[in-house]
Amino acid sequence: MTDSDPVRLYRTVRLIRRFEERAIELVDAGEIVGGIHPYLGQEGVAAGVCAALAADDLVTGTHRGHGHVLAKGADPARMLAELCGRVTGLNRGRGGSMHAADFGVGVLGANAIVGAAGAILTGAVWERRRRGGDIVGATFFGDGAVNEGMLLEAFNLAALWRVPVLFVCENNGWATTMPVAGAVAGTVAGRAAAFGMPAAAVDGQDPEAVREVTAAAVARMRAGGGPELIEAHTYRFDAHHTFEHRVRLDYRPPQEVAAGRSRDPVDIQGARLPPAVRAEVDAAVEAVLAAAVDFALAGPHPDPATALDHLYASGLTARTGGG
Amino acid sequence: MPRLSYRRALTRALADEMTRDESVVVLGEDIRVAAANVTTGLLKRFGPDRVRDTPLSEQAFTSFATGAALAGARPVVEFQIPSLLFLVFEQIVNHAHKFPLMTGGQCAVPVTYLVPGSGSRTGWAGQHSDHPYALFAHVGVTTVVPATPADAYGLLVSAIRCDDPVVVFAPAGALDLRADVSDLTPVPLGRGVVRRPGDDVTVVAVGHLVHDALAVADELADQASVEVFDPRTLYPFDWDGLVESVGRTGRLVVVDDGNRSCGIAGEIVATVVERVRLAAPPRRVTRPDGAVLPFAPALDRAVQPGRDQLAAAIQLTLKDG
Ligand SMILES: Cc1ncc(C[n+]2csc(CCOP(=O)(O)OP(=O)(O)O)c2C)c(N)n1
Ligand SMILES: [Mg+2]
Repeated sequence: MTDSDPVRLYRTVRLIRRFEERAIELVDAGEIVGGIHPYLGQEGVAAGVCAALAADDLVTGTHRGHGHVLAKGADPARMLAELCGRVTGLNRGRGGSMHAADFGVGVLGANAIVGAAGAILTGAVWERRRRGGDIVGATFFGDGAVNEGMLLEAFNLAALWRVPVLFVCENNGWATTMPVAGAVAGTVAGRAAAFGMPAAAVDGQDPEAVREVTAAAVARMRAGGGPELIEAHTYRFDAHHTFEHRVRLDYRPPQEVAAGRSRDPVDIQGARLPPAVRAEVDAAVEAVLAAAVDFALAGPHPDPATALDHLYASGLTARTGGG
Repeated sequence: MPRLSYRRALTRALADEMTRDESVVVLGEDIRVAAANVTTGLLKRFGPDRVRDTPLSEQAFTSFATGAALAGARPVVEFQIPSLLFLVFEQIVNHAHKFPLMTGGQCAVPVTYLVPGSGSRTGWAGQHSDHPYALFAHVGVTTVVPATPADAYGLLVSAIRCDDPVVVFAPAGALDLRADVSDLTPVPLGRGVVRRPGDDVTVVAVGHLVHDALAVADELADQASVEVFDPRTLYPFDWDGLVESVGRTGRLVVVDDGNRSCGIAGEIVATVVERVRLAAPPRRVTRPDGAVLPFAPALDRAVQPGRDQLAAAIQLTLKDG
């Protein structure tokens, strides 16, 4: 690892943090419709995992997916334009927050269906490997997803066929308002063990710890190993979704929230940098996001006549719905 | 002329496309030994990397195919039972079908879902006898139901070459057909065919029912000149081809092995009456609303569209108007 790694990791967590904060402002301003699932507090997981991946490795994200897309290298300006529904967005305004994708940097999409992406990524990595090369994949999912049959089927398929996929469970303790204890029989690691997959637990608030445990798994996978699972213990600092900013739901004890927020991945990584370097990175990130907001809001809105563009890759056009 | 069975036509299509294109792979349950008698000989020719027997994990291997397609493969996924499509409806509709639009055109998902033995298999009862092609037409996934060995070959080839997901229903009622086939060629998706020309009424028949419609047309030959239109692809439907036919005959009867409410017959009738002034009210012969096929053979048959029902519907349409 080079000297600049701690700085790069800090830059990524800081970028995601400020991206989410700026995005929430745009939600409040009515520029992002439908709201977002903020990734605030979990930045260390996406940053640490993606720092250990190569450019052509593949990832899939979740409904809480901005961090995954940004950490893999998508342009924050085009990402923000996507959230604002502009044609200049990553998905030309067709995907929004929960479907943001950038195939150019190996992001096969955030995915809004809990537990659905693991099998998709397994197939993609399998096919890439069949074509030669040593790419690996990482698929992110929450603690809520570990009770979805389709994800457990994907564990089995990946392990059975030794497809090098890193299953990254972001255990933030809650699935919307459902605590892990109310939903998960057994353990997350136990699910990996059932399929003969190595599993490691890591402090998701420490970006370097996440990067290290990921790098070790990726090295084993590149050397011919099968899939592995990482359970990153983390905490969601904000709402499940920004609708909670308007409708207060009473489920997380305030002491728990305070304790969770006290371990901030941005501060944990920031403390590893000389203050002057940290300030420099902060300023650079502010500039990137200021430009991103300008870019996003300057982008043209899509023409309603193009609403069904890209529905079919084969060029088929659908009948319209009018009389 | 060589005689070709419907099943061997499917086998030939798979083998030809796998030979032509390295990116074609086949996934499914018990396919290495060709339990459905479709993937016969493929493992030996193409190896286990391209002919993959899967565990019983339909949701995972359906989405695995989506992912493989995103990375450049053209997977064909074989399903043992038509109702397994209910199990993977989410994976096909919510992911495979939606990815191109949701990503703003960043990707294609060229997966073929092959169901050898759709509809009633006689004696397999409620959970093995569905014919859910209208569901896929409804959500806008390309859906084909070949009626003949030549079309089974030609439509499966076109499905595999298509850049979008395609569901291929091979009706149990057609699987044992054999036909003289002189040359095997791709059949374009979205193009119907007039199987029997006629002047008085157009009968649209789906899949294996094409053969029932032809038999009924023969029976009624001294009373009426019946045209039989085989759409072959249900989505996208060959509306122009059908409108041309009904425009000539002025009368329409549809026979469809799907349930009545929101079935493909309803869509065919609706679209035709939007575009053609008919000489008589159109009719449809379908499974009943909400049909579950009962086990006993007489009950199973009672729920499927029958030749008598079709003949009666044709006669009523000819009498009306
Ligand atoms: C299959 C499925 N079920 C339900 C939902 C609705 N939903 C969206 S996010 C969510 C909670 C997910 O919790 P978790 O996986 O722990 O991720 P987190 O939100 O904590 O990041 C639910 C229930 C969904 N999108 N998909
Ligand atoms: Mg959670």
